[in-house]
Amino acid sequence: MKLDQETVERVAHLARLEIDEEEKETFTHQLSDILDHAEKLNELDTEDVEPMAHATDVNNVLRSDDVKESLDQDEAVANAPDEEEGMFKVPQIVE
Amino acid sequence: MELYQLPAHELHEKLLAGEVSAVEITEAVYDRIEEVEDNVQAYLNLMKEEAIEQAKKVDQKLADGEDINPLAGIPVALKDNLSTEGIETTCASKILEGYQPPYNATVVEKLAAEDVVMTGKTNMDEFAMGSSTENSGIKNTYNPWDINRVPGGSSGGSAAAVAAGEATIALGSDTGGSIRQPAAFCGVVGMKPTYGLVSRYGLVAFASSLDQIGPFAKDVTDCALALNYIAGHDEMDSTSVDREIPDYTANLDGDISGMKIGVPEEYFGEGIDDEVKESVWNAIEQLEELGAEYEEVSLPHTDYGLSAYYLIAPAEASSNLARYDGVRYGHRSNQANGLIEMFKKTRQEGFGDEVKRRIMLGTYALSSGYYDAYYKKAQKVRTLIKEDFDEAFAEYDILISPTTPTTAFEIGDKSNDPLQMYLSDICTIPVNLAGLPALSMPCGVDSNDLPIGLQIIGDHFAEEKILQVAYALEQATDLDAELEL
Repeated sequence: MKLDQETVERVAHLARLEIDEEEKETFTHQLSDILDHAEKLNELDTEDVEPMAHATDVNNVLRSDDVKESLDQDEAVANAPDEEEGMFKVPQIVE
Repeated sequence: MELYQLPAHELHEKLLAGEVSAVEITEAVYDRIEEVEDNVQAYLNLMKEEAIEQAKKVDQKLADGEDINPLAGIPVALKDNLSTEGIETTCASKILEGYQPPYNATVVEKLAAEDVVMTGKTNMDEFAMGSSTENSGIKNTYNPWDINRVPGGSSGGSAAAVAAGEATIALGSDTGGSIRQPAAFCGVVGMKPTYGLVSRYGLVAFASSLDQIGPFAKDVTDCALALNYIAGHDEMDSTSVDREIPDYTANLDGDISGMKIGVPEEYFGEGIDDEVKESVWNAIEQLEELGAEYEEVSLPHTDYGLSAYYLIAPAEASSNLARYDGVRYGHRSNQANGLIEMFKKTRQEGFGDEVKRRIMLGTYALSSGYYDAYYKKAQKVRTLIKEDFDEAFAEYDILISPTTPTTAFEIGDKSNDPLQMYLSDICTIPVNLAGLPALSMPCGVDSNDLPIGLQIIGDHFAEEKILQVAYALEQATDLDAELEL
């Protein structure tokens, strides 16, 4: 599978990653190589095989909805790059 | 033998006999760190003050005639993707520089409850993505056996710390081999438990269906001891399994008569170094002499493991790493106008190349139009790989293979070719896909005097059997190699 630079740009946007021209070129090349390697999977007929998301039998684990202690507001924002009055502050969203 | 060279179970005996104090043990390890850390660079940060305080508490308990736990006063290092309350946890990524978790990982809480002395946070490939620790966003770590070589990865710092005597035990995490591969490269014991045996709460997520925490140790007994104290159900991790935890040291008696060993032929094929093969085969023959039986077995889908893994793991990573957006913690770019640009520039500045590559790969594999062809296909192949193992374990107690295709490679050897780097995990990846437990232990040295790792794989929750065989082999093996640093 050969990726083109346009696809790489689109994927970078979906992943919210800015990449420069040099990275675009390198990634196009390297990701194509890795996807080429992944083509190997098509040697296998998996028509009747169930996909597996987890290796052990994990079912939904439920608990009762009790109110418990959690982080207080100061702790929750303690690592924030920018905060105001206990809230996370981000750049202006609406023009 | 110096104190920093002794395993935990021997240090414990010395503590009980009053031959040594916990403070002396801790100081011996920090003196060793002082001596060799410039060359090894295993740690990102040290917690000496807290460690000495903790050691004093253990000495006080002993002075008061109180019982102490087997790991009390033992110096243990933590991989930097394990959350430590109020102590910087970066996953060796610039995007988490300065981040101080508001809570401890469950394994950290469990060790603290045993009065373990935590020495510091160890270096790793950024977000555990890599096989040499060269992807660390902070610095390289060097293999204590030969400082021109990599320690393996991603838990390279933890493996190197134990090998160099800079910690007695260490914890790491293993998503595709990140405990076993560096354990093999550094000549120590490393174990990836069954998926679900150890709580992942507070382990910074990379690929959630594959990640598992496990120990590095100087010998098999220490590995079993450490597992005793980190295993167990945790309501904070809904994938952790609720089952009785046995005493993993109970079967360490050297008796393996009648044990049925499968030797998967695909793990001895092309790309596996001859010296590695020979050394592992010697060990298998030694186990036969001890009373085990072995047969060659085929796991026909082994060759597809790498490709399936490098779609599934990046897909999960692309989702897990979406949280690093410069809003709640970590780095935020100050070069951006507006929210979307802030996200993009923050992630550009904060993530290293390999992390970006995997996020891109995973995003692509999950994106509309490609999901079935890549992600779902990989999940189906994952089923086939697990079925191979199911069939093998219907016949055999354990499987034995090399841990890695080669011994430790030189710094810079593979760092420009991602695919070559990925190939160094070819023997460990299928185990994660199937959620199985596996251990790596040294079984010999190559002609460069570098340790060779042997992998013992068990069925789900067969940790006791793995450790039983590992112990028997350890007792029968004289490595005849000493690390000079």
